[in-house]
Amino acid sequence: MIVVLSIVLPFLAAALIPFIYSRFKKVHLGWFVLVVPVVLFSILATYIPRVANGEVFVKTFEWIPSFGINITTYLDGLSMIFSLLITGVGSLVILYSIFYLSTKESLHHFYCYLLLFMGAMLGVVLSDNLMVLYVFWELTSVSSFLLIAFWHHRKASRAGARKAMTITVSGGVAMLAGFLMLYVASGTFSIREIVANLDVVQSSAYFVPAMCLVLLGAFTKSAQFPFHIWLPDAMEAPTPVSAYLHSATMVKAGIYLVARTTPIFGGHEVWFWAVSGVGLLTLFWGSFNAVKQFDLKALLAYSTISQLGLIMCLFGLGSAALHSGYSTESVIYTQATFAALFHLINHSTFKGALFMMVGIVDHEVGTRDIRRLGGLMSLMPFTFTIAVIGSASMAGLPPFNGFLSKEMFFTATLKITELDLFSLNSIGVLFPIIAWVASIFTFIYCVIIVMRTFFGKIQPDRLEKPPHEAPFGMLISPYILIAFVVGIFIFPNVLGHYILSPAMASIYPMFPSVEDMTPHIAAWHGYINTELIMTAGVILLGVLLYRVLKKWRPIYQLIPPSFTLNALYERVITSSENVSGRATNRYMNGNLTYYFVYIYVFFVALLAGYMIYADAFSWNPSKDSVIEPYELVLVFVMIMAAVAIIFAKQRITVVLLNGVLGYSVAFFFVVFRAPDLALTQLVVESVTTALFLLSFKYLPKLKNEYISKSWRFAKITISIAVGATVTLIGLAVMNYDRFEPISKYFEDSYNLAGGQNIVNTILGDFRAFDTMLEVVVLFIAGLGIYTLIKLKAKKGDADVESK
Amino acid sequence: MIDLILKTALVLFMLAIALSLYRVIKGPSLPDRAIALDTIGVNLISAIAIVSIVLNTKAFLEAILILGILAFIGTIAFSKYIERGVIVERKSAD
Repeated sequence: MIVVLSIVLPFLAAALIPFIYSRFKKVHLGWFVLVVPVVLFSILATYIPRVANGEVFVKTFEWIPSFGINITTYLDGLSMIFSLLITGVGSLVILYSIFYLSTKESLHHFYCYLLLFMGAMLGVVLSDNLMVLYVFWELTSVSSFLLIAFWHHRKASRAGARKAMTITVSGGVAMLAGFLMLYVASGTFSIREIVANLDVVQSSAYFVPAMCLVLLGAFTKSAQFPFHIWLPDAMEAPTPVSAYLHSATMVKAGIYLVARTTPIFGGHEVWFWAVSGVGLLTLFWGSFNAVKQFDLKALLAYSTISQLGLIMCLFGLGSAALHSGYSTESVIYTQATFAALFHLINHSTFKGALFMMVGIVDHEVGTRDIRRLGGLMSLMPFTFTIAVIGSASMAGLPPFNGFLSKEMFFTATLKITELDLFSLNSIGVLFPIIAWVASIFTFIYCVIIVMRTFFGKIQPDRLEKPPHEAPFGMLISPYILIAFVVGIFIFPNVLGHYILSPAMASIYPMFPSVEDMTPHIAAWHGYINTELIMTAGVILLGVLLYRVLKKWRPIYQLIPPSFTLNALYERVITSSENVSGRATNRYMNGNLTYYFVYIYVFFVALLAGYMIYADAFSWNPSKDSVIEPYELVLVFVMIMAAVAIIFAKQRITVVLLNGVLGYSVAFFFVVFRAPDLALTQLVVESVTTALFLLSFKYLPKLKNEYISKSWRFAKITISIAVGATVTLIGLAVMNYDRFEPISKYFEDSYNLAGGQNIVNTILGDFRAFDTMLEVVVLFIAGLGIYTLIKLKAKKGDADVESK
Repeated sequence: MIDLILKTALVLFMLAIALSLYRVIKGPSLPDRAIALDTIGVNLISAIAIVSIVLNTKAFLEAILILGILAFIGTIAFSKYIERGVIVERKSAD
């Protein structure tokens, strides 16, 4: 019940915000909002001991039971980590935003979006039903879109929001397709039930496609290569948003999805290589690109990408343990997953603090361009402390939590090379090498953050405001976060035991013992191992490379701007717009003739094509009645009249010939013994002719249009094809005798309806409903004509339509 | 015998219509065409009459009467169009 409340409460609060905002104008709205995550965090924290004992909390509410879609909340170790992160970092970010955003901003929008996001994110991590998860997943995309474009008067904000939306929603839709495939394969939307019936899913033909589609959703959301391009652009959002969404929570939704579906897909070769390979590539590419950034937030964005790649890579490595089931050897590889979860938490702490630090600098100095910053150490000592601790942790230095996760990461990459699986014995050696190189770049950009912002000379004339220390309130949140950074380093096993090991149980549900999978983390093993040497190498080479940064910086110019992924994305978007625009303009050219051509060609292709395909054309003249000579002559007359219409030079000739056709049809009605039809046909034909004559006054003379020969030929061909199709279908229908005609019933019209005229009894009695509606049609037509004539604009009058 | 005579008459009427159609198509002037259509109408009246004898029914007498009226009205309408350019005139020209 409490778990459900934690999803509903943020939405409820978001709904209440406008009322609170209009009632309490003087108090900063954030104080009211702060209550929500703090309450939720406290409630969820009380569950930690019970979850640590292996309890799970499930509650189901029916939503669309006929499709198997129920709102099932599911709280286990993995959901616990994420929901604590969401509410915990959420509280800190809201506290920070109270001091960051002034009351002049449209705060009610901001907090409404933020609460929406929080609720959606909690929904993602606490849902067991795939469809409900997808609903919340898209809600996070939408609320993130709203938050990125919070300052919607800026062009860059709007562009960034659009880009983030396009990429994440495309991935989300792919994920939906993957979920549906899983449903087809397993027959259930519930993740727990899918895990329980793994054999069925893994033997299905949909297994690998579903895996790839779900991964596409995870990679786009978590900014993995090559979908990472939206994250740097999302930095146009207010800094609290960047800290919350784009470092601690939303970008980890993809990580969550990978972790959650590891029991389903893990152990498969494609999964292993996709997750760990893409993660490793993202890790390298993000850290490599972060070094070249000048904007602190862009630098942090690339570093987030890189760290997310690291976590993703670790989850991929950890999935290898599932390949051959539980054994003492395979348990070693679960430690990669443990490292991933550990770094997941660590990253949220130090990255949140760093973003808040950048926000403070931006807020107090007016710029976050590192070329204009420098020498702030003595002016902003508290902010400097945050930067040093955060950066050191990110670089993986002791005594901060980043050091522990980096060591575990190196251990995992080294271990994986020993695995004789998935052709790892040959390519596997790349894992530690790339990881090590990426760590060097990570070290360099961490140094850049600290050195370029706080050391060197201050440039007062290039800053917008005179620099001074941030207000106390702004510093609370980052200080709490760096307290965690240090605290986790000192007591890593508390975290490991209470939070991480229950999560391990939910990732490896078929492994019997959780204790084996929870390694004892020690800051100092007491001996020097390969990982420690690697870290020493990172520090050594990193310092060296930072000193000569100016020398090798030009290698970033080797990639021309038009070859970056961003440029590629822009080119794809603009060219697809252009191409589709041009294609639409080409076939929707406003010329009615073309539209008729499309309709007729489609008609012929579909109908004639199907009739030929089904071999339904048949003609059996044996049952035909005798054709009288006078009928033949009249048919000849009609053919001549019809052909002559096409070549007529004057409109009046056309009308006259049309009259000939109409009268001839009336004669055929006579011959075929339909007196009522003949009467009506005669009257209608005369009225139509008169109407044609009436409108002639307003029509131009017929002109000879110039039409190219090929176009004329095409038109003739289409006309003949349509005529032939209709004729052949008419002939084929003649032979259709599978059912008795029902006309025998109507022949008894005198007894049934009291009338001898069978046509009139059908029209007025048996099938009077049709007649009524046809009367209505005539009525509407009459009314339409009347209004068209009466309501026309007089000369110089405004158009009626635009009134 | 009578049937053969009636059918022959019908064929002849149809041939007359065909010849009138030639006038409608060929023209050369508008009145030629209008008169030709009128002729077709009259021929149709006769043809329908013969058909009702052949079919031995009275059901088509209304059709004959209507056709007679309509052919007349139609010809008047065409004549007026040829003469004035419009069919229905209004008292005040707008």
